[in-house]
Amino acid sequence: MKKTVRNDIILVLILAVSALLLWLCVSLFSPKGAYAVVTVDGAETARYPLSENTEVRIESESGYNILVIKDGKADITEASCPDGLCIDFHSVSKAGETIVCLPNKTVISVVGSESEVDFAQ
Amino acid sequence: MRVKTRSVALMGVCVAFAMILSYVESFIPSPVYGVKIGLPNIVTVYLLYKCGAARAGAVSVVRVILTALLFGSVMSLIYSLAGAFLSLSVMVILKKTNLFSKVGVSIAGGVSHNIAQLAVAVAITGVGAVAYYLPTLVLGGVVAGIVVGIAGATVIKRV
Repeated sequence: MKKTVRNDIILVLILAVSALLLWLCVSLFSPKGAYAVVTVDGAETARYPLSENTEVRIESESGYNILVIKDGKADITEASCPDGLCIDFHSVSKAGETIVCLPNKTVISVVGSESEVDFAQ
Repeated sequence: MRVKTRSVALMGVCVAFAMILSYVESFIPSPVYGVKIGLPNIVTVYLLYKCGAARAGAVSVVRVILTALLFGSVMSLIYSLAGAFLSLSVMVILKKTNLFSKVGVSIAGGVSHNIAQLAVAVAITGVGAVAYYLPTLVLGGVVAGIVVGIAGATVIKRV
């Protein structure tokens, strides 16, 4: 086997293993979330408990997103942005998970019950 | 003089071709949010090996700006520029080491492209938890890099 091809395979393995480790860290150490925190333009605007089913309209400078909380999961079902990527996101329920809508600078992040950690920097 | 004319014409064709590829790619649904194949990078890989880093970089920047003007937004311009800049830098450095084949270089390019875009997302939204997508984006970058690398290597061999 050519040396470069062997190095390619090593590179792929290293990347795959590090992705797996990162994923394990994220999924093992993130407890089930308690609140969905809404952040618009870097500032927290609201938080909703995941235990209650709700539907809210999040207004931002450039548009809106509809956030639906159902059966302990938060999901964006409708948005004003042209690409609609935030609608394609899977629903989130674990602490640390996020839904991002870049055009509206809106982020939904799930935080755990015991931690009062605010993900906004 | 003739050589220069030829080179300018080739760069123009490459920009046009890369733009067509990015348009075509917009019709391919993304399996996971943020993960794309990055078809225009086939042109970047081709130029990097055939005409050098400077021309590959110039064509990338022109293509990114024109594509953003035609189909995108200011936000997508910042995104794409960050991705293109980091991935090309990484590919140039790895190509110089001669340690990897074209596919390996392209894989590193794909992964660094996604990391740059995630970094921009963290900077714009100000939410560190966006890093949750890092594993997905690393794997997506690997797969995209393999596809682009094989396509790029084939084009280099035949054109």
